[in-house]
Order: sequence, then structure tokens, then C-alpha cells
Amino acid sequence: MSEPILRAEGLRKGFPGVQALDGVDLSLCPGEVHVLLGENGAGKSTLIKMLSGAYRPDEGRVLMDGRQVDIRTAGDAQRLGISTIYQEFNLVPELSVAENLSLGRPPRRFGLIDKGAMVRQARELLARVEVDVDPRTPVARLGIARMQMVEIAKALALNARVLIMDEPTAVLTTSEVDKLFVLVRQLRDEGVAVAFITHHLEEIAAIGDRVTVLRDGRSVAEVPADTAQDELVRLMVGRPIDQQFPRRPAELGEPLLKVTGLSRRGAFDDVSFEVRAGEVVGISGLVGAGRTEVARAVFGADRYDSGEVTVRGRRLPPHDVHAAMEAGLGLVPEDRKGQGLVLTADIGENLGLVTLRDATRAGFVDRKGQRTAATKVADQLAIRMTGLNQEVRTLSGGNQQKVVIGKWLVADAHVLILDEPTRGIDVGAKVEIYQLVNELTDSGRAVLMISSDLPEILGMSDRILVMARGRLVGELAAGEATQDDVMALAVTEVEGSRAR
Amino acid sequence: MPGNVLARRSPAAAWLAENGAVAALVVLVVALSLLSSDFLSLTNLLNVGVQAAVTAILAFGSTFVIVTGGIDLSVGSVAALSAITLAWTATDAGVAWPVAVVVSLAVGVMAGLVNASLIAYGKLPPFIATLAMLGIARGLALVISQGSPIAMPEAVSALGGNLGRYLPIPVIVMVVMGVIAAVILNRTYTGRAMYAIGGNEEAARLSGIKVDRQLLITYGLSGAFAAVAGIVLASRLASAQPQAAAGYELDAIAAVVIGGASLSGGKGKALGTFVGALILAVLRNGLNLLSVSAFWQQVVIGAVIALAVLVDTLRRRGTY
Repeated sequence: MSEPILRAEGLRKGFPGVQALDGVDLSLCPGEVHVLLGENGAGKSTLIKMLSGAYRPDEGRVLMDGRQVDIRTAGDAQRLGISTIYQEFNLVPELSVAENLSLGRPPRRFGLIDKGAMVRQARELLARVEVDVDPRTPVARLGIARMQMVEIAKALALNARVLIMDEPTAVLTTSEVDKLFVLVRQLRDEGVAVAFITHHLEEIAAIGDRVTVLRDGRSVAEVPADTAQDELVRLMVGRPIDQQFPRRPAELGEPLLKVTGLSRRGAFDDVSFEVRAGEVVGISGLVGAGRTEVARAVFGADRYDSGEVTVRGRRLPPHDVHAAMEAGLGLVPEDRKGQGLVLTADIGENLGLVTLRDATRAGFVDRKGQRTAATKVADQLAIRMTGLNQEVRTLSGGNQQKVVIGKWLVADAHVLILDEPTRGIDVGAKVEIYQLVNELTDSGRAVLMISSDLPEILGMSDRILVMARGRLVGELAAGEATQDDVMALAVTEVEGSRAR
Repeated sequence: MPGNVLARRSPAAAWLAENGAVAALVVLVVALSLLSSDFLSLTNLLNVGVQAAVTAILAFGSTFVIVTGGIDLSVGSVAALSAITLAWTATDAGVAWPVAVVVSLAVGVMAGLVNASLIAYGKLPPFIATLAMLGIARGLALVISQGSPIAMPEAVSALGGNLGRYLPIPVIVMVVMGVIAAVILNRTYTGRAMYAIGGNEEAARLSGIKVDRQLLITYGLSGAFAAVAGIVLASRLASAQPQAAAGYELDAIAAVVIGGASLSGGKGKALGTFVGALILAVLRNGLNLLSVSAFWQQVVIGAVIALAVLVDTLRRRGTY
């Protein structure tokens, strides 16, 4: 293999209370896709923040082309040819694609911005990533997949030699992932060194050349990308994980959630289904098929035009979260940080959020009772924390998700809607969440799970509903369904009136 | 976990690190008592307390709003309007003074409810809604009073005096309002909901908190506290003045922020706000004792506000 472009040696970085990196070596060679693998909290984020100038190492050094470099700012990283694409995109939604692509260094003529040249340059870049979009479109109007392509084009505009991609596939559908892979391979063949972070093990062999495994802030192994998945998991968690999807079907009881003819113009149309006690119903479909919209409407977070929602025999008034909660419904939203957690508050406070009203007598909150209940649930979920007064934002993704689920356990919700419950969390925490789903259904609760992760939907649901363009287009028994069956339904063109 | 820095420090040091404003106040008091022999006298300290009282009471109200991630620019004007209302109903309208007090408080609450309605239902940014109220309340105060001061009823003016020989009643009112604010923030449903809303409004909503209703209560409380501050101020002057408390909203916000609250919401404590208000009052008092010109005082106070928040920001950045 050729000489590495970038080498990191013995990187260490501590934060108060935690040693985030404790000796990491990494070498990225031109023309390779190098997968960074590790559980959340293993140090991947800290490592890439260090390479992109957001943090500086306490110890260790970074070499570019064999020369030691000091990356103090994002500008330094850019000049060295290191571009990073974070999960949260660095795009200005109100500005056009062209403006975003030339942000900070727009082409100028007579001191004014040369719009013509800007659009021309943008067209060339977009052609290189083979995405068909008018450069004058505001970024906010693009879907997530295209935004990502714009991010990649932005990196190309900076002549990136090292491209770091933090979980680029987490928000993409299967076909979008395929397109992304084509582009990544193309960049690789042009001699770019790509560092690729993913939690999807099956993607590693598909896209990667080599894998560096991080565990507890150390780089524990560098292996070829065709290493067996079991072995990768063992390296990552330091122990073998018996089963990725430990679904244990429970005895089915009464229908707890009944949705009939739910419609909202432009979002979803005539959606009917039910979820019974002890059952896990999965909703699959492409991003934008209307799954989240349905979930939020059922929970009362958004309005709907017609149809009804019944929970445990009680018909819910539309657009009333409070009534939905009272009836025993709970929602774990897809955007953990944006909708699930109060990041400025501590774990205990977050766990007690849903039950705050019930714990109030004459206006005063029984904080002791709240803490006791929170402690119980934190123990049950094995949330790894220093105590209930630890701030939730300092937790890893998996533990944060446990807190979001936990607040509904404290509230004793009977029907839990989980929207992308394991997005961006590590294998170990995933399995814990699956176990929790089992415990819930064992105790007669019902779970409605939305997920874009096909193996997860197939592995954890008892029944699978597939949505396409705002409609339910099919139902599959989980035992017999395959990924192909689900995808075939998900890409169905709905006949007649498209929900619009 | 290896090496938890905070845990290893002594509890007192850790507490001071968490409450930087208290440390700053201590430094300020020590420095001033060395620089001026008059500073530490009982009379002067009580004087500082009286000077702090109106700002502190306004600031307690603003703390609620700022914790929810909002801002209330109208508190100074609402204070004046409430005081004018009290004086006018008690004198010109000839209503019994206890009724006048209730009406005055109601006016404060109403102003807050209007603010909250514009924010929660009209979807106006808090800055704009309360900026509008700043003008409206001040204008109404001028309209009612026809631009001239109105004498306060004597029974109420007593609030501006002393209890016993020394203890100024404004200081007592300040402490009581502070305790009420602390209890609301820490112990009540509304208080805890304020933190959740300020930290993440959507998460609060999805957890069943009726955000609109809580915002009504929050801004209503801010208005009520403003009314109390207006009454205390007018009592000290024995007359309600339509131009009173102009610009006090900025002092109130400064006190809250110096006290460690975050303008982006979710953070803030009544005790911090109290200390913030004391810092402002001590600073003004000390600069007077040191015969610093009133012009330079503004410069110094501006610099202190920037410094306080800067130190706080740097400290937080160091932690994460």
C-alpha cells in the first residue's frame, strides 16, 4: 500500500471526568476507504474533531505527508486538505446550493460577488457528484440525501485529500446509500483518502478497504474490511454478542392502539392499523413515506384532517398530546436531541418530565418521589452515568436514548411509539433496547416501531406495515418477510390520487 | 471514571466554581471595604440593599422568562404603569388602597398575559412582543397620569420606610420575593416546566407540557413581579411617576445574566439573580463612595457585565 497521507500517532485527549482518547493510532492512505468502527463513546467523534481542528490533542501527533502538523482551527484543516462531513450538516438552509458551495470564498468581480461564475462553478461540482439539482435552489428544499451530496461537493470544492464522513448512511435509504457508495468509490479511485464511520456492519465489506476499531478511547485493531462481522463485533465490544435481534414474541392480547382512516392532506392518506397488547408492529418505508408524520399525528403532536385514534378503548381528541399521554400513549421521537431530551437538564429531570404533572400536588412537585422513580428506571435500563444529576448531554447516544425511553417507563406508558429507536447508537446499546422491547411486550405493553433499518424491522417486529407516499401499501408477517419483500412494497407507486 | 476534576476539589471550592457570581461579589465587597472605610458600615450596606431592591424584584420576574428562553423588555414600563395605576385608583378614583394594590398587581399580570398571548398564540418573538409592551405600558402610564407624578396613598408609601429603626422594608420585600421566586423555580410544576421549555420546547411539548399555558403563567409572573417592583419604587419616592424605572429592564436582564442564567434558556437560579442584582448595586454604591463620575460608572458597569458573562462562558467551555 502507498504511503499514508495522514497519520495520527498516540493521540490522547481528556475531558473533566473522562479520558475520551487514550492512545489512538490511525493511518489514512490515498485511494482507500478506511472504516472507523466503535461503540458510541469509544472516541470516534473526539478523534475526527481532532483531525478537523475542533479539539487539540493533549498528547500525540498528527502527520500529513510525513510532516508533523498542528491543526488548531477548522481553517487549518481545510488548508491541509482535510474535509469533514458531520451528521449535522454545515449548510445554511436559507442560502442556495451555489451560495453554500462557495461560502466564505465566493467568486468576485470588481469586488462584488459574481453570481454567474458562482452558479457555473456549482454546476461543475454538482456534476462531479452526479446530483441533478439546480444550483439556485435553496438548500432547505433539498432532501437529506441531496444535502449530503452538496456537502460532499463542498468538500470537493476545497480540494479535499482526506474526506472524513461521520455516519453518512444513518439517514439514507437503501437506494440512496447505493448512490453514495458509487460516489465514495469514485473519490477513492481519484486518490482521496476516505475515513468512513458507520454503525452498519454490513456496509463495511461493501465500501471499506481497511477498518480501525476503537474501544474505550484506544485503537484496538486494524483489520481488513472483509473481516467477519462477528469478529468485528467482538473487537468492538470486547466480548461476543450472542444475538443481534433477540425478539421474543409475547402472547397477544386486546388491541391497545387502533388507528382508523387517518388522513392529512399532503402527508398521509387513509391509514388504518392496530397494535395489540404484547405485539411489536414495525412500520417500514422510504424516508419521506409519511411514517413519522403518522406517528406524530397518532400521538397528538400534529393535527390530522380525518380519521380516529383509539387507545385502550378511549377515542383521543386530535392534536392533544396531553390526552394521548393520559390514555397511555408514549412517543420516542426520531430526533433524540431535538425532540426527545432537554439537554440543559440532568438525567433525573429528563426521566421525570412526563410524570411532572402527576407528581404535582397543589402546584408543588414531589421531587423526592420523582427522584426515587427515576432511580428505579435508570437501574432497570442500566443507564451508565455518574448519578441522576449528570447532565444528559454528556451521555453517549445509546444512554441518551435510554433516558428518552425511560421517561415513558416512569410514566408507565401502555403503548410506546418508537421512531428510529436505534439510529446512531452502538451495537451493545441496540441489543439492550431490543431486550427492553421484549420486556415491554412480555408485560402486555404494545410497541409501534418505525425504522429505516431493514434488518432491525425484520428482526424485531411481529408484523410489518409498509408505507409508501403517505399510504399503507402492505402488511407482512415478520417471520416470512425478507428485505426484498419490504423494499418491493416500499417503492410502490400508489395508484390513483397520490397523497398531495 | 478516571479523574473527575470537580469531585476532587473541596466542596466549597467546587461550589464557588459553580457559582462564579458569588465569588465575584465577595471579591468586590473585600476590595471596596479596603478602598473605602465607609463601605462596610451598616447604614451603607442597608442602603445598598435598598438600591438593589427594585432591580432585584424585577430581575426575579425576568429570571422566569429567561429560564424559558424568552426575554421581557417591558418590565420597567409595566412597573411604572402598575404604580401609576395604584396611585391613580387610590387618589383620583378614590378607591380604598388595598383594592388599589390588587388592581395594580392585576394590571402587571395583564400586561404579562398580553405579552405571552402575542408570543404563544401570535408566534411573535418575545423580543418583539415585549418591546411593543414596553412602549404601550409606558404610554398608558403617561396617559393615565397625564404626564405628572401622582402621590401614593400613605398606607402604601410606608413600604418605602423602615421596619423598626433600621430594617428597610424594600429589602424585606426583595428577600420575600426572592424566596417566592426560588420556591416557584425549584418546587412547582410551572417552575420545572420553565426549565424544560427553555431547554427544549419541542421535547417539553412531546412530554405533555402545555407550553402555551406555561408561558402565560411565566409572563404573568414576570408582570406581577414588575408590579411589585413598581409599587416599592413609588413608595420610596412617595409618588408614582410615569417615567419611573425607565431602562430598568436592562438592569434586570443584566442581573439575571450575571447570576449565571443563559439567554438561550434552560439555566438560571433565583439565588444567582439575587447575587447579580447585589453586584450591580454594590458596584454603583462603591463607585459613588470612591467619587467616580456618573459617566464613568456606566462604562465600568458595562464592562463588568461583559466580563461576568465572558468569564462564565470561558469556564463552561473549559468544562466540555
